Amino acid sequence: MSTTTTTPTAAEAELAIQARQGPVRSQGYWGGVWKRLRRDPVTIVCALILLLMLLAILLAPLIAPHDPYQGSMLRRLRPIGTPNHVLGTDELGRDMLTRLLHGGRLSWFMGITPVFLAFVIGTFLGVLAGFAGGKVNMAIMRTTDVFYAFPSVLLAVAISGALGAGIVNAILALTLVFIPPIIRVAESVTTGVRNLDFVEAARASGASAFTIVRVHVLGNVLGPIFVYATSLISVCMILASGLSFLGLGTRPPEPEWGLMLNTLRTAIYVQPWVAVLPGACIFVTSICFNLLSDGLRQAMDVKG
Amino acid sequence: MFFYLIRRILYAIPIALAVGFVCFMLVQIAPGDPINAIVPADAPGDVVEQVRRDYGLDKPLPVQFGIWLWKVMHGDLGRSLATGRSVWSDLSSAISNTLLLALVASLIGFVLGCVLGGLAGAFRGAFIDRIATSLAVAGVSVPHYWLGMVMVVIFSVQLNWLPAMGAGPGGSADWAWDWEHMKHLILPSVTLAVIPMGIVTRTVRGLVAEIMNQEFVTALRGKGLRRGGIFVHVVKNAAPNALAVMGLQLGYLLGGSILVETVFSWPGTGLLLNNAIFQRDLPVLQGTILVLAMFFVALNLLVDLVQTALDPRIRRA
Repeated sequence: MSTTTTTPTAAEAELAIQARQGPVRSQGYWGGVWKRLRRDPVTIVCALILLLMLLAILLAPLIAPHDPYQGSMLRRLRPIGTPNHVLGTDELGRDMLTRLLHGGRLSWFMGITPVFLAFVIGTFLGVLAGFAGGKVNMAIMRTTDVFYAFPSVLLAVAISGALGAGIVNAILALTLVFIPPIIRVAESVTTGVRNLDFVEAARASGASAFTIVRVHVLGNVLGPIFVYATSLISVCMILASGLSFLGLGTRPPEPEWGLMLNTLRTAIYVQPWVAVLPGACIFVTSICFNLLSDGLRQAMDVKG
Repeated sequence: MFFYLIRRILYAIPIALAVGFVCFMLVQIAPGDPINAIVPADAPGDVVEQVRRDYGLDKPLPVQFGIWLWKVMHGDLGRSLATGRSVWSDLSSAISNTLLLALVASLIGFVLGCVLGGLAGAFRGAFIDRIATSLAVAGVSVPHYWLGMVMVVIFSVQLNWLPAMGAGPGGSADWAWDWEHMKHLILPSVTLAVIPMGIVTRTVRGLVAEIMNQEFVTALRGKGLRRGGIFVHVVKNAAPNALAVMGLQLGYLLGGSILVETVFSWPGTGLLLNNAIFQRDLPVLQGTILVLAMFFVALNLLVDLVQTALDPRIRRA
């Protein structure tokens, strides 16, 4: 090429320069998302706090200083800073730090599982409604409207109150609470994508409905739905702990932040700052998930 | 617009029926025989059978729903298993207490949210914006039942300024507009106000920022209108949406106050629900949820109608 005798045009010269420097945009969509995330200190700090928390609660049996169930009546309600019990002891003399570490496992599990289940079911139903349209859409969306007629806390309390206490029932109730909002988001983004030109082109070139949904629709709607679902984790954690606080989720002596908050309620006159510790854990987790979700939304450039 | 109103009102009827059906099903999904929701577990067998026939529980499910619906529409929500009193008699006083708490809380939340959100939207990126945004995130992330406990620790246990429990001196459940009663209202209503505060702040901030970016605001500035004049225009444009959000929040508080009411032993529907859950008193659970959900449906309808009336741009019919 270098020995060519013809004079290159301007455009050809530019192409040649580009070819030598390598492609200008090589990072792609996720590279861009990561680049934007890296410049967002709040989101990074929240992600780090959550990672540390996750690590701590996963390793709870190894790093917790005491047994979460074994207490002593002689060491009841010690204040924060007691030697050997850094965060004090609860109303049955059990080490608070140990129970907070172990309690995080159930709180996180009950905060994330319902959102994940609702994400799977809600995305399926929402994409189905949005893509199929017509009567299917009508049936799914009008059923969703009924569940929207209940305030979310009330619906969760109603279902798990009727089913009775227990972790499985609480998760079931919370999943039911979060399916309708996810269906709505999934339906609206799918409807938006369905009529775009490239879907039309795929249909014209003979792609089956299944292929169109799998390749063209899901790739474009999963991002926004996922971001929306992460914003629900914070709410779900508060609601799940709230159910336990009402005596509907976990049952004693199982450590769980909401339940610990409930059993320590009477202790606020004796050791107020020990009694509010489990709630502080819920607050920190929930605020971090909220900010992380906001950061993701901005980095992924999702509207709504 | 007239047809839109009619259509919207008509559409509320099937929703209300479906909500009723969900509440009816609550007793059906409960483990055990639904008859246990009506008669105590230790009732003799022939009494149980008698009640089963009286209540039509031997008939097919759709017929049962019809019978139940008929009774509900005539104000018969059944009897409490724990107290034997009719559910409605307990519910009516509890509802007014909950309404009072929710109204005061949403008013506090709405005023604070509008001020914070308005300032944040008008001065985006400024210091006040950061404060308002942080408060809004904290408001929607805080477990409010925990915030209630913290408030009790600070204002009741440590400072001894405000009472920690009940709705009046000596645990009285009858409300009166005097200082002794108002003192009991402060902590629960401020605690409950945190959620609408956060949500209204976010919404109003977004609305104001969006409106300030529009060309007509530039035009107003260009013709020399002072800040106060522009403010009026912004409020007029933001009000319908802000009011709609506030209306929905009031509805959420009606149902969501259960946790805060439990913390403060506020004698409202939340405490009633909590006791019903504790004693597995299904008629009370069902009746309370039905009435609260109906309030929510009516409120949704009202919000839609008011928004349509307020906002001349809405021509959805």
